[in-house]
Amino acid sequence: MNVLLDNLDLFREGFVGTVSLTAGSAALAVVLGLIIAGFRVSPVPPLRLFGTVWVTLLRNTPLTLLFLVAFFVVPQVLFPGIDSYLLAVVALGMYTSSYIAEALRSGINTVPLGQAEAARSIGMTFTQTLRIVVLPQATRTALPPLSSFLIALTKNSAIAGAFNNVDLFNIQKVLSNEGYNILVIFIWITIGYLIVTFSISALFRTLERRLEVAR
Amino acid sequence: MSGSVLYDAPGPRARARNLVLSVVGGLLIVGLVALVAYRLYDKGQFDGAMWDIFNYAGIRENILDGLAATLKVFAMAAALSLVMAVVLCMGRLSDHKPVRWLATGFIELFRSVPLLITIFALWVGIVDAILPVEVNIEPMWALVFGLAIYNSCVQAEVLRAGINAVPTGQREAAYAIGMRKTQVTASILMPQAVRSMMPTIISQLVVTLKDTSLGYIILYPELLQTARLIASNTQVNGDYPYVPTVIVIGTLYIVLCLALSGLANWIERRGRRAKTGIAPTEAKVPEQTGALP
Repeated sequence: MNVLLDNLDLFREGFVGTVSLTAGSAALAVVLGLIIAGFRVSPVPPLRLFGTVWVTLLRNTPLTLLFLVAFFVVPQVLFPGIDSYLLAVVALGMYTSSYIAEALRSGINTVPLGQAEAARSIGMTFTQTLRIVVLPQATRTALPPLSSFLIALTKNSAIAGAFNNVDLFNIQKVLSNEGYNILVIFIWITIGYLIVTFSISALFRTLERRLEVAR
Repeated sequence: MSGSVLYDAPGPRARARNLVLSVVGGLLIVGLVALVAYRLYDKGQFDGAMWDIFNYAGIRENILDGLAATLKVFAMAAALSLVMAVVLCMGRLSDHKPVRWLATGFIELFRSVPLLITIFALWVGIVDAILPVEVNIEPMWALVFGLAIYNSCVQAEVLRAGINAVPTGQREAAYAIGMRKTQVTASILMPQAVRSMMPTIISQLVVTLKDTSLGYIILYPELLQTARLIASNTQVNGDYPYVPTVIVIGTLYIVLCLALSGLANWIERRGRRAKTGIAPTEAKVPEQTGALP
């Protein structure tokens, strides 16, 4: 138990690192996911194509490869001297956005056809139909997969720790190098992740209850 | 995609607007790609010499070795995870409370721990810390066991969902004609569960394949680590060929994953046509709740 008390500062830093990585990339992923989902159902062919390519490429690329690109190609070739937290958030956010876009798209597909038809028949444009009628309903069906993708994102954020970001995995690495009992470290790190994932699922359960409508 | 539900058949003005948006959107995307390509070109990443490295037999062999290592780990982890998944699933549906609790605990624990944490813990010797014996785990086995443990938990849940989807009448009928518990599970429930869940199982195998790249972090020379080694050990005109290697290796990964997800989609489509049995699931990644429901 001394492992935790001796290194409380490190653990706190790692926990805060994981939480801020998760929060930052979740925000980016949701925004990007919304835009890409919009692209995928839009009447404009090049945008539709872009959306499809984005989702297909990112869903079939290992996240570690994205991190390799982010940490070795981007700083050396495109933007030198960029912050490593920003790079990690962009890599994680882009990766997760492809999953969120798909969840939203299948949510859009479950909205009854009559809803969109009614919206069109009272003269709404594509953007209005999506924003006022379809997306609010799609969000409800997309919430459970969204929460599971955000939990997956939390777990994936451990990879950022391997690329010199301070997070829980990074702390695990540091402490096991210092020769502490790996089992004890493992337990505390796991509890750290559990706190984050439990909070996410609790948050989403509340959201689901709030947004619930009697059908 | 019935996208047309969301917007009317375009009239003359909408067609004109869509055309403008097409051109503007297309130009923006092309411009963005061109900008990145230009920056890369400017840094000499598209020089012939940079790409010439793939003509060396040594580098080709390296890539092939890396590919073989990735596929080897994937095959072992996939086989092991499926076997363990069947065991865990049986445990979770067992009639005996202690077995059920043990299996549920195992599944919930390892599903909620990030895979990388498990792999790393195995690599630095968590087994030593638990068992009194000295075990030296090589990176390859840490990767295989880590992948197998995590994925078996996910696959076990997939199988359980499949078994629960089999109509209760089937189980009751099997018991009624005098089948034993093992027989009911082995010859009535499992075959149908596996058949209906095949697309999801394969989609999760795609995840397993992608996650073999975590070997990079524990320094196991699989495809991604190979890419890094090639890029950081080769110098062309005083520069490292990161972009060419990433493009080559990334393409390999994407082709492998697309082939596997293509298989999942094919099985899903084929199963849709069948009139018998329960319908196959959608070929998509199972949701990873990772925290108790």
